[in-house]
Amino acid sequence: MAKVEASMAGTVMQILVSVGDRVEAGQDVVILESMKMEVPLQAEQSGTIKEIKVEVGSFVSDGDVLLELE
Amino acid sequence: MRIQKVLIANRGEIACRIIRTCREKGLQTVAVYSEADQEMPFVKMADEAVCIGPPPVAKSYLNMEQILQAAKKTKADAVHPGYGFLSENSTFAGKVLQSGLLWIGPRPEVIARMGDKVAARQTMEKAGVPVVPGSVRIDRVEDALEQAAVLGYPVMVKAIAGGGGIGMHVCDDEQDLQRQFSSLRQRAKAYFGNDSLFMEKVITDARHVEVQIAADERGNVIHLFERECSIQRRNQKVIEESPSPSIHETTRKKLCEAAVRAARAVQYTGVGTVEFLVDKSEQFYFLEMNTRLQVEHPVTEEIAGVDLVDWQIALAEGNPLPLRQEEVICRGHAMEFRIYAEDPERFLPSPGKVTQCLFPDGEGIRVDSGIEEENTVSPFYDSMIAKLIVSGCDRKEVLERAEKALRSCRVSGIRTNLPLLVKVLETDAFKSGQYHTKLISEI
Repeated sequence: MAKVEASMAGTVMQILVSVGDRVEAGQDVVILESMKMEVPLQAEQSGTIKEIKVEVGSFVSDGDVLLELE
Repeated sequence: MRIQKVLIANRGEIACRIIRTCREKGLQTVAVYSEADQEMPFVKMADEAVCIGPPPVAKSYLNMEQILQAAKKTKADAVHPGYGFLSENSTFAGKVLQSGLLWIGPRPEVIARMGDKVAARQTMEKAGVPVVPGSVRIDRVEDALEQAAVLGYPVMVKAIAGGGGIGMHVCDDEQDLQRQFSSLRQRAKAYFGNDSLFMEKVITDARHVEVQIAADERGNVIHLFERECSIQRRNQKVIEESPSPSIHETTRKKLCEAAVRAARAVQYTGVGTVEFLVDKSEQFYFLEMNTRLQVEHPVTEEIAGVDLVDWQIALAEGNPLPLRQEEVICRGHAMEFRIYAEDPERFLPSPGKVTQCLFPDGEGIRVDSGIEEENTVSPFYDSMIAKLIVSGCDRKEVLERAEKALRSCRVSGIRTNLPLLVKVLETDAFKSGQYHTKLISEI
């Protein structure tokens, strides 16, 4: 099962997808805010969003799982 | 009124910088800090320190009531806001004054007037200061499309309450503007609490040149020359220098005079900066006025031999300007290099623990740093960790010193933009001084 992990510590600014959405590899799925910068995170593989583990405003650490795809 | 104890409503390098001048003047200092900053140098340097809340800025460095309570508790008699955070918040400035404290900055009404970017443009036009061709306030996509058609694409869409290069976006055509409009409004709301926008025509190959001004309560206004700030990434400054290597003496004179006119037009008091765009034919246009100390103020301090924080305090106390215009003399050349905790290729943030942190010193080298070894660079705040300021008798000497100095900086544990700074120094465009705001994206 594919996952999208935080590439750095930061705050979840926007979640661009919902459970059940079909996403393509390389598509932006979450925008993190770290050090006053917006950092878009992409899905590495195509799939369907199975679970969203964070919400807007959550603080995440490097390596935390944000989304699960199937 | 004479100030005796200053509360610094800021963090990092600028808090350290302000404390240094306060100490030299024999003033007591109060630091306020978030739970993430307990171990930072500025907290240890201050005479007193008060924790004002958890790490997110809304709960600490933007928390007006907590900061005012800390001032009351420590019996501070003045507040220095530094840059960013609440420094250009007229509500906070007003509350500070209402609490019977001195605000080290211009009057709240001046901050408010320059904070509304469309009102600021109108004030400047009236004062005879040229502005970038632009729109009035925009709240509907139909109005945006109509006004953009008049201005001509590409247009730069900005937040009316914005500034500092944040929340701006270039739209290349009608489709692009239509597509981006609602997300730009959302971002304006998120960053500045106001979703109104405005647009400016994009000036291509522009340089960003700003003028340092200072004004006292008696209506005297002087300038302290310009700073060239065209080396940017993501609309944020990376390297600044003075004098500007790219404008002619006649342009310099006109720019400085226009900045003084701008400051007079708003009855400015204290230290401030007027930002301009300069095009290829050296036409210049007002961009915005920063009603506070700038990050890059040390460049001016080095060439003019002044301490701008000392000036801010003296002017806030109601003293006259320390120098007359003819006494402000520009000597030599200076550059500032901003050291960011970020990946030098993709400009992605790199928070984390700093395991090694060694900066050079010596002739013509000044380092304004906010961190030391074992500190953690937090994801909650700006990624700038230190500034290297290099001065010398001319630009050539500064370039030589800068290269050696940058190569001898040692920062480990986090990634920094130091390799990028060296790369910029090596470009012909930078060496010759003939560069514009796109240089970093082109190397």
